[in-house]
Amino acid sequence: MNGQPPISIRDLSVYYGDLRVLKNINLDIPAKKITVIIGPSGCGKTTLLKSLNRLLDTDEGVRIRGEVVLDGENIYAPRTEVTRIRKKMGLLSQKPQVLPMSIYENVAYGPRIHGLRAKKGLDLRVEHYLKVAGLWEEVKDRLREPASVLSVGQQQRLCLARGLAVEPEIILGDEPTSALDPQSSQNVERRLMELKQEYTVVVVTHILRQARRVADYLAFLYLGELVEHGPAAEVFANPRDPRTRAYLTGEIS
Amino acid sequence: MNGIPNGHIGTRKRADLFFRVLATASAAVVLLSLLLILGTILWKSVPALSLSMLTQTPKGGFYLGKEGGILNAILGSLYLAVGATALAFLLSLPLALYLNLYKGRASKTAVWTRFFLDVLWGVPSIVYGAFGFVVMLALGLRASLLAGMLTVALLEFPIMCRAIDEVMRLVPRELKEASDSLGATRFETALKVMVRQAAPGILTGVLLAFGRGIGDAASVLFTAGFTDRVPTALADPAATLPLAIFFQLGTPFPEVQQRAYASAAVLTLIILLISLAGRAMSRKVTRHVVK
Repeated sequence: MNGQPPISIRDLSVYYGDLRVLKNINLDIPAKKITVIIGPSGCGKTTLLKSLNRLLDTDEGVRIRGEVVLDGENIYAPRTEVTRIRKKMGLLSQKPQVLPMSIYENVAYGPRIHGLRAKKGLDLRVEHYLKVAGLWEEVKDRLREPASVLSVGQQQRLCLARGLAVEPEIILGDEPTSALDPQSSQNVERRLMELKQEYTVVVVTHILRQARRVADYLAFLYLGELVEHGPAAEVFANPRDPRTRAYLTGEIS
Repeated sequence: MNGIPNGHIGTRKRADLFFRVLATASAAVVLLSLLLILGTILWKSVPALSLSMLTQTPKGGFYLGKEGGILNAILGSLYLAVGATALAFLLSLPLALYLNLYKGRASKTAVWTRFFLDVLWGVPSIVYGAFGFVVMLALGLRASLLAGMLTVALLEFPIMCRAIDEVMRLVPRELKEASDSLGATRFETALKVMVRQAAPGILTGVLLAFGRGIGDAASVLFTAGFTDRVPTALADPAATLPLAIFFQLGTPFPEVQQRAYASAAVLTLIILLISLAGRAMSRKVTRHVVK
């Protein structure tokens, strides 16, 4: 699958009622890199991210035109099975949202619904992904406690472990550090940097410094339009569009 | 800034005091009424309370003041309310999930369904009783435990369903998304996430409906019948506590009227015990709820 981008967005437009929040987006997301989508609040970043795993479907009054091609398959084709698409992507939301069950069950939830029943297999997987998310040492003695007793930073790493446990190819992050304290943010950022060895990562952020720290590939979204995208180093050093320049220098925010 | 006048402070303070008095008085009225009701029932029932009342069925001449107890009505009421609550739950939970998960929360279907449920909630129980009676006749049933259960289930259903619906509306959308994003089907999200998150509220809704069901007289008046025997089959007629109270109070004999108060005390005690059990259970199901 080398060479072919894992996600290819083609002519994607999203409408909320009459309001067009995304306008003809065309973007190839490179494999095993961190793609960061930046832009001011309300520019459609989150909508773009959610369109990648069809989380917009359930919103009322949403219309979607265009294609998102994942592994050669248009996920908006009528026959596509949504659960299979979603299983390929782990999602980190703005505010970590743990499930109303124990720490263990949070991670085991995904594998279980996809058919892994054996206790031994589940135990191994839970341990493995809690380690990958950097949470194992902190929770290994209290796996049966409710997930809601964890701190917000720990909850976000639990969400990461939970997302990874369904063995996706792609990790989506919707401002995944915005609710966290600086140290937890750093922790989550570091995990994402490690994870790009094996996963394709797409992160939405409005924190420019974070984008500079983690981005390999950068996409700048402004008022629903994809203004500019390219390798992060290039875009940061040499923005071609005046709007990108204005955003990067802090003139618009 | 010198522009903000301070002249009305006296009036504002008086208004504040007035509302504080009003609020305290309201709380006192509520508490006193409850104590008064419980006190009256207990006071008046003391002469009639005995163990045999709980363990015996009415003997001949019970309603004239002779021997016996109200075991028929206690068990009849419990059977009936448990069955009706189970039936109502089987309708309520799926509908509440449907309104909150399958249909958009604000969709036309959801809004209208809620409206109809609210109307049903307001229907007087005697109307359910009459309706149940007509349906019973049409089906060729006679007054029985089953017919009573079905009628009381109808009475309980809107109460339970709206109570469950209201707590499910409070489940954050992000929680649903979290489950969805892991590739869960809607059914899995419903059963494993929504129900768990809403569990304490579901329990409250069930208990609320149970309390309404076991205490209602009008809906069982024509449908469940009344008998001195403990029902042994769904087709048997069943006595119920509210009707036992009604019939005993209606006699001209003071000692039978005392038994009516004793029956009321038993009914109140049952509801109290169920509520306490619910509280204890609630603590268990709240453990995993995400704030």
